[in-house]
Amino acid sequence: MKKILNDPKDVVSEMVDGLVRAYPQYLMQLPDTTAMVRSDQASMVGKVGLVSGGGSGHEPSHAGFVGKGMLSAAVAGQVFTSPTPDQIYAAIKAVDQGKGVFLIIKNYSGDVMNFDMAKDMAELDDIDVKSVVVDDDIAVEDSLYTQGRRGVAGTVLMHKVLGAAADQGASLDELDRLAHAVLPQIKTIAVALSAATVPEVGKPGFELADDEIEYGVGIHSEPGYRREKIKPSKALVAELLGKLDESGHLDSQHQYAVLVNGMGATPLMEQYVFSHDLLDALAEKGIKPAFMKVGNYMTSIEMAGISLTLFDLTDAKWLDYLNYPVETIAW
Amino acid sequence: MLTTTQTIAWLNNFADKIETNKAYLNDLDTPIGDGDHGSNMVRGLTAVKATLADKSDADLTTVFKAAALALISKVGGAAGPLYGTAFLEMAKASKNGDADLDPLLTAALAGLKKRGGAVAGDKTLIDVWTPVTAAVQADQLTPAVISEAVERTKPMVAKKGRASYLGDRSIGHLDPGAVSSGYLFTALLETVAQS
Repeated sequence: MKKILNDPKDVVSEMVDGLVRAYPQYLMQLPDTTAMVRSDQASMVGKVGLVSGGGSGHEPSHAGFVGKGMLSAAVAGQVFTSPTPDQIYAAIKAVDQGKGVFLIIKNYSGDVMNFDMAKDMAELDDIDVKSVVVDDDIAVEDSLYTQGRRGVAGTVLMHKVLGAAADQGASLDELDRLAHAVLPQIKTIAVALSAATVPEVGKPGFELADDEIEYGVGIHSEPGYRREKIKPSKALVAELLGKLDESGHLDSQHQYAVLVNGMGATPLMEQYVFSHDLLDALAEKGIKPAFMKVGNYMTSIEMAGISLTLFDLTDAKWLDYLNYPVETIAW
Repeated sequence: MLTTTQTIAWLNNFADKIETNKAYLNDLDTPIGDGDHGSNMVRGLTAVKATLADKSDADLTTVFKAAALALISKVGGAAGPLYGTAFLEMAKASKNGDADLDPLLTAALAGLKKRGGAVAGDKTLIDVWTPVTAAVQADQLTPAVISEAVERTKPMVAKKGRASYLGDRSIGHLDPGAVSSGYLFTALLETVAQS
């Protein structure tokens, strides 16, 4: 393992410290926690708080999306491990303005359980809490055995839409309705070229040969649906877009937002090449994205690979939310 | 009747077993999880040991609650809320006057099922807690009951947690949570037998 760190045990606390000290204009750390709240407290007054979080190793998620117009707080767990209820609870309390707090959770058993326990704790303090569990990864939707689809890069689009609505004064119930209307319209699928190594573990989560790729991997090295030899970018686009089409039936009459997301070790150069092929493939289907982002938004430490998210904008207002100005590190 | 002294000895023994087997638990978690069950449990049990160091005069409820809060706040992932819930339920049951293992473990098992939504056969720690609790009720807990329960998770298909994403490919691997629960009950047997 070759990584820039000190003691692997300290990686999360040192990362959080570095992050908040580098970006004091956006983030403040809650004492004795790895929860980071928005520095611009004035921008939260009178509004519903938005709290997200999850295991570390997905940077810039989630703290990179804390700021005016997006999240109120992000809670960082250990690497690939959900944050604990006491930390989430601290974040909920810190951002509550009397209007309630909305939680954005990714569909992993650990995240769901820890956020649920935090919700129970906050409700004892009479804080209204509602939540959405994002499950955009279509790679595992056909399996009989899963607890449902995983939450991956599409979560960032959920943050953006809800953040804009919350900033414009949406109530807790309105955010809840919006989140659940948006949820089924966001779909993601990924391909990995190499695996991630959790610092405390010291070896990769899975092995891929130099010339192998795996389709459908999750953001914690969960296995995907097929392994094969590396192919040209055009063929990767065809595979991923094909899966999304099967799952959602792309329609040239619909408006789509597109997120091309690097998984950590894939250069932007390759992401732009992929985007070139993607835009060609979409054009062949008569689709020109109404909104597009390319870059590292939801990574998996140093995994190489790309995920592709399509967000079917069935409500025209959602595009306004995506374009709504924000002040964050990473959007 | 479980005493404070026994319980602290039990949990310290559990912590030692987890520490000794940290790498093994991480290895078990690698093919069907994300390779950190041992590291996460060590972090939690180190905190449990620290908080129990000054609890020798405390009542059973205080001991269970302190252990629960240490696990909830230090482990994270799925194991933190699950083990934390189990000990919190034991704290609640002991507060109602129960100090026997049977009602304590029965309460813990009910809490685990509620928190995680898993049932027996899903290839989770429930597959160890269920037969162990039944054996305790029948006063027949032996090392074989524990090891057989742990081994039985090997051919199961995972239906909860990250391993479930593997489907049939989870067959042939022990469930790491079942193995760590096996250490918990082995530690219990050793501690009760010694006292």
